[in-house]
Amino acid sequence: MKPVKTRGLADAIAEYVEDGMTVALEGFGHLIPFAAGHEIIRQGRRDLTLCRMTPDLIADQMIAAGTVRKLVASFFASGSAGSLHEVRRRIEQHDPEPLEVEEYSHYGMFCRYQAAASGLPFFPLRSYAGSDLPELNPQIRVVEDPYGGAPVHVVPALAPDVTVVHAQRADRYGNVQLWGIVGAQQEVVYAGRRAIVTVEEIVDEEVVRSDPNRTLIPAHAVDAVVHCPGGAHPSYVQGCYDRDNAFYRDWTPISREPARLQAWLAEWVHGVPDRAAYLAKLGDHWPAAVAVGERLSRPVDYGRRLP
Amino acid sequence: MTAIATSEPDDSVAVSSTEFLAVVAARELAGKGRVFAGVGLPTLAVDLAKRTVNPFLELVYESGVIGAHPEGMAEGIADSVLVSGADAVVSMQALFGYVLQGGNVDVGFLGAAQVDRHGSLNTSLIGDWRRPTVRLPGSGGAADIMPNAGECIVVLRRHDTGALPAELDFCTSPSPVRARAADPRSIPPGHGVATVITPLGVLRRPDKFGELELAQVHPGVSVEQVRENTGWDLALARELTETPRPTREDVRLLREEIDTVRLYLR
Repeated sequence: MKPVKTRGLADAIAEYVEDGMTVALEGFGHLIPFAAGHEIIRQGRRDLTLCRMTPDLIADQMIAAGTVRKLVASFFASGSAGSLHEVRRRIEQHDPEPLEVEEYSHYGMFCRYQAAASGLPFFPLRSYAGSDLPELNPQIRVVEDPYGGAPVHVVPALAPDVTVVHAQRADRYGNVQLWGIVGAQQEVVYAGRRAIVTVEEIVDEEVVRSDPNRTLIPAHAVDAVVHCPGGAHPSYVQGCYDRDNAFYRDWTPISREPARLQAWLAEWVHGVPDRAAYLAKLGDHWPAAVAVGERLSRPVDYGRRLP
Repeated sequence: MTAIATSEPDDSVAVSSTEFLAVVAARELAGKGRVFAGVGLPTLAVDLAKRTVNPFLELVYESGVIGAHPEGMAEGIADSVLVSGADAVVSMQALFGYVLQGGNVDVGFLGAAQVDRHGSLNTSLIGDWRRPTVRLPGSGGAADIMPNAGECIVVLRRHDTGALPAELDFCTSPSPVRARAADPRSIPPGHGVATVITPLGVLRRPDKFGELELAQVHPGVSVEQVRENTGWDLALARELTETPRPTREDVRLLREEIDTVRLYLR
């Protein structure tokens, strides 16, 4: 019998995420696992090393909640919406305490996941020659090309204790299908020791197997699959709901004032038991304000062997 | 901050600084094949270029989108409108590894807080490295784009000795000059920054290992004004011209078709 891996979000976080762990929550502007991040906050985890290429609002929230000791990232702003003020306060003013930061470029960060996913100690890339980044972050190093070419920079494998990603759908065994911007999700799931995947929809196995190329994360790489509709809000899920740009813009003034930010966490994270309650609390805003129209792909024919 | 040069199109409609920069940047994309575009001013510029000087410009985004055909204006490089109807959406290894590092991007379009005389960029921090006065967004894809794109175009929203200093506070994305100084064997394949567009003029760097030179001044701006607001002794190009004004059609497209909600236009 194939193991059924469906779990509740609180259960999965409680079982796999421990204080002091290195935890990756990935999703490149798309499919950001906000619900899981909020659950980690609610359960009071401490001293996490948070890995995210683009920290986004979820990092600002988790750091403000006192969950994170160290941030490993390749961008320190919020896409279109500007500064992450909690991150900036911690780095610029050490307020309320310093935040340890390990900084890469996007491809450098991605190569770290790729190395770990592939069972390699490091990964080479042609960035950083002449940059100050290797001096700021001594994890970025240079090796000689053993085949006689120019030296090349390398980044070390990054194997999170736990990886969390969000996706459109999965079957109950944990075969995960996602589309649109796929970010580092496949690599980071294979890089991690444990993987929790939250999804908009749990579908029948036959739905997954009707389009196997879309299964970017096979069940063998997944420890828990969680049905969590709306789990990426205020980021988006291609074909399900759009990015809540109004919320992203509202975040800047909230995060600028520590008291307002703490009040927001009290109301919207600690003040709700789970994602369903969070969505209900959004009221008429959800899902009307972020609804998207239909734009179907044409089905492909995988064919079948004739008898 | 220096005064921002504004200009007027042929029919005397006032043009904002953002509109002016977007038009100048769009014209730089004439004849280019594949551009790696960021968000903000580059979004406006690539859209305008496709509607004017270069209908076949291929837009590549670091989120993995190739050949975007957005039905609306993108709010960010990972916007869903870039995905729907795109030619391709690829993995990050394909995008950064094969498309970019493999040498398939002609132009990288970057912003920066500081640019030095050789076109090295600082997008990381201002002040002390360990405790900066301003923590900037960092590299994102910039340190990967700089060595690997055929050339880079930088747009600055200000032109003063803070944005164009003699020495960077931090070098995030190095010019070929810095890369060569770090190790003569590590010369990147790309040209580095070829063009810097500022509110005062256009600086160009025709030699891969040379310095930026003032090539264009915007209408109403003097050469002296540009030099005084640059942190090093800025050389002049052999042919120094005045930037052509935006046309009435450029401005109409920006306002009425590209950024109708005034997301980036100010």
